[in-house]
Amino acid sequence: MERTGIFSAACLAFRRDLLLAFRHWGQVAQPLVFFAIVATLFPLALGPQLAELREIAGGTLWVAALLASLLGVELLFRADHADGTLEQMMISGQPLAMLVLAKGFAHWTVCGLPLVLLAPLVAAGLGAPPAANCTVMLSLALGTGILSALGAIGSALTLGLRRGSLLLGLLVLPLAMPALIFGARAIDLAIHGDSARGPLLLLSAMLVLCVTLAPPAAAAALRISAE
Amino acid sequence: MNDVLDMGRYGAFVWPCFALAAIVLAWNVVAARRLHAAARQHALRRAAEEAAP
Amino acid sequence: MNWTWFHKLASPPHAYRIAARLLPWFGWPAGALIAAGLYGGLVLAPADYQQGDAFRIVYVHAPSAWLSMFVYATMAVAAAIGLVWRIKLAHAVAAASAPIGASFTFLALATGAIWGKPMWGTWWVWDARLTSELILLFLYTGVMALRASIDDRDRADRAAAVLALVGVVNLPIIHYSVYWWNTLHQPATLTKIGKPSMAGDMLWPLLVMMLGFTLYYAAILLIRLRAEILRRERDAGWLTTELAR
Repeated sequence: MERTGIFSAACLAFRRDLLLAFRHWGQVAQPLVFFAIVATLFPLALGPQLAELREIAGGTLWVAALLASLLGVELLFRADHADGTLEQMMISGQPLAMLVLAKGFAHWTVCGLPLVLLAPLVAAGLGAPPAANCTVMLSLALGTGILSALGAIGSALTLGLRRGSLLLGLLVLPLAMPALIFGARAIDLAIHGDSARGPLLLLSAMLVLCVTLAPPAAAAALRISAE
Repeated sequence: MNDVLDMGRYGAFVWPCFALAAIVLAWNVVAARRLHAAARQHALRRAAEEAAP
Repeated sequence: MNWTWFHKLASPPHAYRIAARLLPWFGWPAGALIAAGLYGGLVLAPADYQQGDAFRIVYVHAPSAWLSMFVYATMAVAAAIGLVWRIKLAHAVAAASAPIGASFTFLALATGAIWGKPMWGTWWVWDARLTSELILLFLYTGVMALRASIDDRDRADRAAAVLALVGVVNLPIIHYSVYWWNTLHQPATLTKIGKPSMAGDMLWPLLVMMLGFTLYYAAILLIRLRAEILRRERDAGWLTTELAR
């Protein structure tokens, strides 16, 4: 019998996660709605002046995306851990890091990507000019990718713990702060009509770093948590 | 002496810093020693229980 | 070369005894150095041309900032050793170090803020170095929280170790932040090879304090390590004989 190649195994994991997500799309929509709600809190709290909201739009979008991603990232391993699939993955002989990468990518497709597509609408609500939309989407695309990666490590570490969600936030948010700084700055620059190339490049570098190093770290954390 | 306390008008900033440092240094010693003493007590009690249940 | 002495360090009873023997060799010199540094910094060193006597805060601020990073690095190395070679004692060192490092990170931030008020006119500014030092505090609390939330000691140790290693990325960011960005915080004074940008009689108390603080950390670590060993080895046989000594 032929051994399944690494790439095929990863594709299998990716497709399985997508399929499962679409079966419970209510669960998947929750982070998206949360994003919209959190972003709405700011105009309600700070006053409706678009000119003022425009100044903080970058930060607001990013904080809302951060919190929504945190909510969503728990779904990454929880179901698999509960029904034993995770154990099967660990003893399958396939590199766990690759499976984590595939699952993380599936998670981003299902949680991060819709958020990126919704972002221009939310940004318009915060007074951002349409010209900034490209940067908004790019910044949040890179950002939600970083958050999926960091979130994978966090949820692997807190697997099965009581009050794990709170702990997850405590662990992941400090790690995400550098990305937040540059991501929000990129959007702010774009809103004011300047080039956001610098922060976007830095954000891309962070994403590459996270995508390469997070899966092995998360895999190690999974083995620690699930044994 | 007043010169030392005054620190050239900056006394109100300099001395709290050193006070904070003293507190942190003291806290570390006290906390570490209490932790050790408590662990010792605990271990001794357990050993006594093992010996004469 | 006979490496037995090195291998024996990983044995808890041996380490427990050695820690007790080493403690005075770190504790007393630390006390002496800190006392000397304080005298040199508060009394002997001349006032700064620009900052006046306020610059003397550096004698507690810089050593605590140095420790905040050094302790994290030590914790990360211990975590790596514990993960790779599965030496329980390494995890004990990491567990013992975290609260010490967190307290000095807090001290660095607090003394920095108090120093900032007269110098920069503000208690706080979100520049790269201050922000990354604050992130370091959060990383410490994260590691401590994670370790505390997991009941199984083995799993707790290893999870905290992974987290500590993930957070190590922050250390170079803190250190190089003053070069990579235009920050309000001044650049490094000491690591310029050859010519540190501080006058001699201001410099030596600072170096003395740095060394004193480092030895102090070693001393506190030894005390906490002994406590950790007692907690972890609760049911071991050697404990009764050791404590009866």
